[in-house]
Amino acid sequence: MELYAPIFVLGGIGAAFVVVSMIAGSLLGPKRYNRAKLQSYECGIDPTPQPVGGGRFTIKYYLTAMLFIVFDIEVIFLVPWAVHLDALGVFGLVAMVLFLVNVSIAYAYEWRRGGLEWE
Amino acid sequence: MNPLPHTALAAPVITTQPPQIDYALLAPLLVVFAAGVIGVLVEAFVPRPRRRAVQFTLAALALVAAFVLTVVRVALLPAGGAGLTVASASIAVDRPTLFFQGTILVMAIASLLLIAEHRHGESAFAAQAATVPGSEEERAHVLAGSQHTEVYPLVLFAVLGMLMFPASNDFLTMFIALEVMSLPLYLLCGLARRRRLFSQEAAVKYFLLGAFSSAFFLFGIAMVYGYAGSVNFAVIHDTVAAGGAGALPGGGPLLLLGIALVGVGLLFKVGAVPFHSWKPDVYQGAPTPITALMASGTLVAAFGALLRVFYVAFGGSVAEWRPMMWVVAVLTMVLAAVVAVTQRDIKRLLAYSSVVHAGFVLTAVVAASAEGLAGAMFYLAAYGFTTVGAFAVVTLVRVHEGGAESGDIASWAGLGRTSPVLAGSLALFLLAFAGIPLTSGFIGKFAVFEAAVSAGATPLVVVGVLSSAVTAFFYVRIIVLMFFAEPAEARPRVLRPGRLTGAVIGVGVVATLVLGVFPGPVLDRLSPAPGAGTAEAQSVPGGFATTADLFANR
Amino acid sequence: MLSYLAAEPHAVTAAADGVVHSTAWLMIAYPLAGAAVLLLGGRRTNAWGHWLAVAMSLAAFVWAALSLVQLLGLDPAERSRSVHVYEWLTAGSLTIDINLLIDPLSITFALLITGVGSLIHIYSVGYMAEDPGRRRFFGYLNLFVAAMLVLVLADNFVLLFLGWEGVGLASYLLIGFWQHKPSAAVAAKKAFLINRVGDMGLLIAIMLMFGTFGTLAYAPVFASADAAGSAVTTVIGLLLLLGACGKSAQLPLQAWLLDAMEGPTPVSALIHAATMVTAGVYLIVRSGPIFEAAPTAQLVVTIVGAATLLAGAVIGCAKDDIKKALAGSTMSQIGYMTLAAGLGPIGYAAAIAHLVTHGFFKAGLFLGAGSVMHGMNDEVDMRRYGGLRTAMPVTFATFGIGYLAIIGFPFLSGWWTKEGIIEAAFASGGVTGQVLGWAALLGAGLTAFYMSRVMFMTFFGERRWAADAHPHESPRSMTLPMVVLAVGSVALGAVLVYGYRFALFLEPAVGAAEHHEFSLATLLTSWTSLTALAFMVAGVAFAWVRYARAPVPRTAPRGSFVTVAARNELYGNTLNEELFMRPGQALTAAAVSFDEKVVDGVVDGVARGVRDSSEGLRRMQTGFARSYALSMLFGAAVVVALLGVNLV
Repeated sequence: MELYAPIFVLGGIGAAFVVVSMIAGSLLGPKRYNRAKLQSYECGIDPTPQPVGGGRFTIKYYLTAMLFIVFDIEVIFLVPWAVHLDALGVFGLVAMVLFLVNVSIAYAYEWRRGGLEWE
Repeated sequence: MNPLPHTALAAPVITTQPPQIDYALLAPLLVVFAAGVIGVLVEAFVPRPRRRAVQFTLAALALVAAFVLTVVRVALLPAGGAGLTVASASIAVDRPTLFFQGTILVMAIASLLLIAEHRHGESAFAAQAATVPGSEEERAHVLAGSQHTEVYPLVLFAVLGMLMFPASNDFLTMFIALEVMSLPLYLLCGLARRRRLFSQEAAVKYFLLGAFSSAFFLFGIAMVYGYAGSVNFAVIHDTVAAGGAGALPGGGPLLLLGIALVGVGLLFKVGAVPFHSWKPDVYQGAPTPITALMASGTLVAAFGALLRVFYVAFGGSVAEWRPMMWVVAVLTMVLAAVVAVTQRDIKRLLAYSSVVHAGFVLTAVVAASAEGLAGAMFYLAAYGFTTVGAFAVVTLVRVHEGGAESGDIASWAGLGRTSPVLAGSLALFLLAFAGIPLTSGFIGKFAVFEAAVSAGATPLVVVGVLSSAVTAFFYVRIIVLMFFAEPAEARPRVLRPGRLTGAVIGVGVVATLVLGVFPGPVLDRLSPAPGAGTAEAQSVPGGFATTADLFANR
Repeated sequence: MLSYLAAEPHAVTAAADGVVHSTAWLMIAYPLAGAAVLLLGGRRTNAWGHWLAVAMSLAAFVWAALSLVQLLGLDPAERSRSVHVYEWLTAGSLTIDINLLIDPLSITFALLITGVGSLIHIYSVGYMAEDPGRRRFFGYLNLFVAAMLVLVLADNFVLLFLGWEGVGLASYLLIGFWQHKPSAAVAAKKAFLINRVGDMGLLIAIMLMFGTFGTLAYAPVFASADAAGSAVTTVIGLLLLLGACGKSAQLPLQAWLLDAMEGPTPVSALIHAATMVTAGVYLIVRSGPIFEAAPTAQLVVTIVGAATLLAGAVIGCAKDDIKKALAGSTMSQIGYMTLAAGLGPIGYAAAIAHLVTHGFFKAGLFLGAGSVMHGMNDEVDMRRYGGLRTAMPVTFATFGIGYLAIIGFPFLSGWWTKEGIIEAAFASGGVTGQVLGWAALLGAGLTAFYMSRVMFMTFFGERRWAADAHPHESPRSMTLPMVVLAVGSVALGAVLVYGYRFALFLEPAVGAAEHHEFSLATLLTSWTSLTALAFMVAGVAFAWVRYARAPVPRTAPRGSFVTVAARNELYGNTLNEELFMRPGQALTAAAVSFDEKVVDGVVDGVARGVRDSSEGLRRMQTGFARSYALSMLFGAAVVVALLGVNLV
């Protein structure tokens, strides 16, 4: 059980910070409402109008989202490798280069086939 | 060797030693993967008009090379033993692996030939899948002669997944293989040139249900991990054998739930009742060459994985999972056979037929023995050849020259008079499906039923025989229709088989006959050498202590 | 050649000793090669193809005869040889070899099949002379002969099953040969389906045998049949009987045989009289040790035989179609053989002897009928015949001899062998023996009646021919085989039965039965023989009154309810429909509606959906996948429950 103690402590501190700062904000902060303040994003820019009944996003958003995921995953892979770079040695380096090459190939495909052009 | 959950957590999470990988044993997978990646580059950089030729050559060379390497690998295996594991025991290279991979590659080559077949500059695939069916853009692309050469790398990636699926020696690798195999197939299913809405519907359905089944599979893996503290099959097997963390020997709620959920995922892939509902729709909607690939390669891969999971990881719980397999096998053989009787579309019929055949192979799985494994392997190979041939014939019968395939069985009436060779080939395939002697189908059925009877599952075999009698009815009905009925009024146009399709049909015919008349050499190689196991351990016929010893797993 | 069947086995040492048996596979290879050449060779073989088929069939016959000679050269104890051809398949612990079994029983069948088969090949040369599909026809005939030889020469059940299916396929092709006739196509399909039921029984029996004995070769299976326990052997025996009933058109699987007469007449003669329909009897006799270990199964066999022999005879009495009357007779005669085969070793020799003589006289009768039809513009209704004896003298003579043989006229073939069956039935003892014996006697009377009816309506009485009929004698190629068969119908019975030659010859294959001293005098004066004779005379006399003295109306009178029932084949078809087809259809419909309505909701909607807007389709698709997913969830629950059972 003692194995888990640090995790619990860390989780507890995290949760406490969230709760404390939210309560503190609502208690201590000034409350001055105006029109802009009541809008989404609180910055005066209107969100894109949504069709009635929940329509569809254009396919282009998905392309971008997928690209994001690809690079996201890449980062998830790169960080642990970077942490253990010395231990993994040449094997790790070659493996990571191969991984990056593959991701780049997919990227090159999308670029050559016009996936990056918005219109 | 047998870490329980808390010790597993205590161990360092990252191994600091880089793994030793014997690349020679993985060569076929690497070749197929590399060809797939190069295929993507070809799409990116080779000019449009030359892509098809380049892609086809590349894919064909890769698959043939992979097949040759698979055969060569037989020599790399240590004599007498079960085989080897590679890459931290995540991939097993043993006799079943090599057989399944070889079979998958042959089926993939045959399907590739069908995929590459062109007629009047048209393939079986949509000109531009992104266009709305029936729209102006679609017409423009058809007129411009656009084609999706991405099909080739996609097929290669799917084949890579198929090759990995039955070779995986732990659940995570197996899950990756499952997804690598499935994702390209979901996409390929939606690319039919004609009846595109049908095709897209099939793809969406396959995707949704496939994702659903993957969730079951993954959840099952979690349960098993909770039980054994590992995803490695050998470790799971040892934990089960040691009585595990559960309250019952070979049982425990976590393990049982895990077996059930992993089982659901795998049974979905083989299309056993009640997880079969996707098969008729997907087989019908998908482009026929892709259907051929799914009906042969995917089925072989899925059964390979099923056998490995249930024989190795759950090999110590045979008594626990056997009743479940019994019920599924009976349901599959009976329900699918009965429903198939009234099918009017040839592809739907072949889909239901594939479900029934999955039921027959399940009777061999139930056996949990060396014979069961050998029987299932033979059956799958024999069925693969026959089914690819049958789908190849389907691609040739069209509503009119350059039209869609004429799936309506009624329209095939009298085909035996107008195209005797083609109808004769199909008749042979159907007789093989029906299990008529001197065809490979008979030997296959015999082998799986023999295994089941040896394992004491005689009632199951009786059900199987009855079911095969029912299936014979609808196969023969088609033969009668083709040869004895008056030609239909709206007679379909039978295309002259191109060289590629002709080759596939020819190979199907030859394999169906040769495996039926001289099955000896193949069957001999599939059966483990006498005395390969330990002499004192006889709980599995053939001298094996457990079904796990039939595979390499450490 | 037959004279030294039993005595002095060493008298003959064939010059080709050892060669003939070791190359016994040639017997099958000849007709198979013929079939391959004819069916694959295409039109090029049109001109000479039929002669090739005849030659191949004759070659197989010669090989069978040489095998017999060589067999006789062996000591009786060694007269069962297994000839290895090649190893077919090894599945786990089971190895199936392509081995041919050469023993008295198999060689008897091989001789019958190739002998009668060759005669019918020759006959067909004339009969099918004007048929455009003659080459194909001969190809199928050769294929049939090859398959039938595989069936009888097999030394294990799997190879037997291979022949069994092959015979079914060839018969199916031949019944449906005139596929332009819808009735022929329907008949072929019916034969296939009913046979399929029987095949299933055989296949399940094979699987059970493997499960019980661990092997499927005859010798080890039969050796351990006794030890298996009567429960298992009874089940196996009944399943084998089911298989036999399908092939041999025994109750309750008899319905296909009468329809099978849609095929060309030589087919009826070869397949549905002389050879294929006897496969069931062969199976029962061959599997004797299993039946002997299962008295209940044996009893059922005799009951089936007795019931069929009477039912077939009754049907034969009412049919006006000459071929269908003969088909009813075939059912009935095979009923005799089945009955005898169910009696155990005492009846085996009687069954096979009757099978052989029946092969001759029934083939002769069918060929005669074919000859009549040939001369009468393919008319089959006997009410349109009459007085043909002068127009077709050879046909009349040969048909007449066959007729006398089948009704059991003393000293002709049928008399010897039918007498053997009746005697064996009574000798089996007890009430059962009495019932079976009297059934056989009654059958003999009925046989005399319906065969006389056929004879009188066809060859005697006034001429009731159609206006355009010009009956004429058939060509030499057709009459010659009829003459040969007629000779066999006269002499074969005496040759086989006299002195128990045939029974002793078969002993190495089917086991020994007790024989008392043979004496012609006792045979002639035994009460069974005299009663049978009386029944026969009564039958003939009754037919004489009804069909020779009284004029035969050109259209069938309504008749009593018995006649109507017999005309309708004792409502066998109706019964099949009500008992099997309807429930089967209902089951299929239910299963389909489950799959299509419950699981996949709107299957017909798909086509409509394709035309509908994509929005509508989208909604429908999710509807589909949802119900599929639901069924998967249900399935998963079942699977979890089935594994959860282990916790209880």
